[in-house]
Amino acid sequence: MESTIIKSRKFNASFGANHVVKNVNIDVPRNNVIAVMGPSGCGKTTFLRCINRMHELIPGAVCNGTITINDEDIYTMHPIFVRLKIGMVFQRPNPFPNLSIYDNVIAGYKLNGIKLAKAEKDRIVETSLKRVALWEEVKDSLLKKGTFLSGGQQQRLCIARAVAMEPEVLLFDEPTSALDPISTATVEDLFHELKANYTLIIVTHNMQQAARVSDKTAFFYMGELVEYDQTKTIFTNPKDDRTQNYITGRFS
Amino acid sequence: MPTSLPAPAISTPAVRDTVNIRRRIRRAFRQIRTETVFKQALVISGLLLVILVLGILLTLITQSVPSIRLLGFRFIWGSTWNPVKDVYGAFPFLLGTLLTSFLALLISIPFSMAIAIFLGDYYPTGWFASLLKNAVELIAAVPSVIYGFWGLAVLVPMVRGLEVRLGMQQPLGVGIFSASLILSIMIIPYAASLGRSMIQMVPGHLKEAAYGLGATRWEMIRHVVLPYTRSGLFAGILLSLGRALGETMAVTMIIGNSSILPKNLFAPGNTMASVIANEFTEADKTVYLSALIELGLALFLVTVVINIIGKKIIDRLTND
Amino acid sequence: MAVDNVRYRIGKSKGFRALTFVFAIACMVPLTAILFFIIRAGITRINWHFLVNIPRPVGEKGGGIANALVGSVIIIALASVIAIPIGILAGIYLSENRTGRLAYWCRLAVDILQGIPSIVIGIIAYFWLVKPLGGFSALSGSAALAIMMLPVIVRSTEETLKMLPPSLKEAAFALGMPFHRVVLKVILPVGISGILSGIMLSIARITGETAPLLFTAFGNPYLTADITAPMQSLPLLIFNYATSPYNDWHDLAWGASMILLLWVLFLNIFTKLISAKWKVQL
Repeated sequence: MESTIIKSRKFNASFGANHVVKNVNIDVPRNNVIAVMGPSGCGKTTFLRCINRMHELIPGAVCNGTITINDEDIYTMHPIFVRLKIGMVFQRPNPFPNLSIYDNVIAGYKLNGIKLAKAEKDRIVETSLKRVALWEEVKDSLLKKGTFLSGGQQQRLCIARAVAMEPEVLLFDEPTSALDPISTATVEDLFHELKANYTLIIVTHNMQQAARVSDKTAFFYMGELVEYDQTKTIFTNPKDDRTQNYITGRFS
Repeated sequence: MPTSLPAPAISTPAVRDTVNIRRRIRRAFRQIRTETVFKQALVISGLLLVILVLGILLTLITQSVPSIRLLGFRFIWGSTWNPVKDVYGAFPFLLGTLLTSFLALLISIPFSMAIAIFLGDYYPTGWFASLLKNAVELIAAVPSVIYGFWGLAVLVPMVRGLEVRLGMQQPLGVGIFSASLILSIMIIPYAASLGRSMIQMVPGHLKEAAYGLGATRWEMIRHVVLPYTRSGLFAGILLSLGRALGETMAVTMIIGNSSILPKNLFAPGNTMASVIANEFTEADKTVYLSALIELGLALFLVTVVINIIGKKIIDRLTND
Repeated sequence: MAVDNVRYRIGKSKGFRALTFVFAIACMVPLTAILFFIIRAGITRINWHFLVNIPRPVGEKGGGIANALVGSVIIIALASVIAIPIGILAGIYLSENRTGRLAYWCRLAVDILQGIPSIVIGIIAYFWLVKPLGGFSALSGSAALAIMMLPVIVRSTEETLKMLPPSLKEAAFALGMPFHRVVLKVILPVGISGILSGIMLSIARITGETAPLLFTAFGNPYLTADITAPMQSLPLLIFNYATSPYNDWHDLAWGASMILLLWVLFLNIFTKLISAKWKVQL
């Protein structure tokens, strides 16, 4: 199996006339945690959403260039297939409010019309919740609705929901910016464990988080991928001036 | 409180000041009195509304008493309505009301839900959406007597043709079915408008979560939007039902006005509202009139309860 | 994970979209059908004579709906005069008292009033005004219609005033203005657009009402302006003549229907435009 799972070549994305992602070329190695950071409006979230083809849901959104997963162009596949291989966790924890925790975890299967035996469903729910370290906390309240959970627990529930679909890649769009510090810490702890089974791409506003959790870091600025290297290198010895300025807090 | 003292004979600045102060004080007291009167007027108007409703209920009850006392429960079960012979069985009208309202609801629900989903999710903005939204609201604005007249001229002959094709013995065209048809058109806007605003309120991030898991648009609507808006859609349907139960003119003109228990859906009949409209001015006996009022009381209670439940659900949802 | 039925799911999604579209559009069909039919049926029968004459006895050609036109205007005007002051005052009361026992019951009363079938209100007006006064009258009809106007006016006044910024009131009070002046000179003028929209909406609603007038205003074949006597109104005329067995009267009813329909539609569209222009939330 090749070691690069996601590649983008000459990738551009726009909202109408607004060109927000410019000529991005990036190779994402398998089972790594990649942090994508940059100031507001730099295009990092837009690029992330292009990877699982959520960008095109917005009217007026266009893109060109290639993004491949396992050397297969995602724009030749139907978006549903792309999203089954590449899961996403959003900024605000968004468990489905009228479903129980159990039903939330396997919501992906119900939405895709996949029927499973009860034993199979139980197995998936347990495995997914264990993977996000939530099983012990909720195993006795699986049939309750998820709204009583704390913010951090809800976000982990959303990660479990994404993980239940057994994707190869997990995209995170500022997953802890709506959480308190303790919840943030529990979610960050997960990243390290998750990377054994998945490749993680995490967009973050928080430089320190990028430094803490990732193997490689990509720095976006004004739509361009300015620098992409091992995290240690980016933060101790950046090659580009703009990266240097961002890290030292000249702008944020 | 200073009353008017005679104007002093001398006018110096000091004297003028005193007069001015007295004037100001008088004006202040006047304003306070007006203010109090105004506040009382507000309270009275609030009270007036409550008294109005209580008065309506009271009048309906007291005027129904003769009928209630005389007829008791035979009123509800009796299926013969023959005022000439002093027989007042209102079951045909209860049946007529239930049949027309629920049939109308059944027919209208797919249409109002379609509008709600179409305008709430697929096309919330745009010129076409505005056009459709306004058209739906205009459906509610057309007076019911015009629906009745148009129904008589256009719908009834069509239904008559259908009845002939079905081989019915007495193809009248008027009847419960026609009344339900016209009613179903009239009640579409109520469930549609409320449904639309409920569906528009579904938070975008929930929809995104569904798409992110690989759902198609319809799957997202079916598994996320509709369950989320379940109570709101139900409240809209209740409002449509309340409207159907109370509708009088169009139904009166199309239902055939027969007090005999309808044998099938195409038979002529009467609803509680239509029999009141038709026979009120002819009710020459006290019991006759009282029986009609009792129908009015029943109609009042049922529609009020349904509307209040609907409103309470809406209040709970919009205040969350 | 193999998902074999994706094409089926996508087809299903497209299918439901088309179905929703068809059902939604289908609702415009009866509306346009009614509009066209009524206008086409009515336009041939309307002329100057039609508008200024009263109905002729059966069998005589000609005749018009002058009595209904004048009657409608008088009844609606009278109903407005009764309902508007009370409605606005009650609306002000409710907007000033968010909590409180009387306010709670008052709001409940308004909700109940909005849901009462119009024929029941006709019954009430009959017992409150027709029987005591010894006969049908335009006054009793107006009273019934006024009861129907009240919930709309109260609601829209309350909602409009609730949306005004509290700093407006506070500034006025800080200047030492008494309460009634604050309301009448400061708050009402700012909220007048919303209140007027509510009033127009309530008038649009009662213009087409027939049931409450069946045994209150009752109808009158002659032109009259006497509010203590029975009076004809446009919807009443349509009902009576449309259900009669005479073709001449059917003609009158068609003409009257067209006028009523256009009048009501115009009022509704006008209200919508004004609300949009003043950016009012009803």
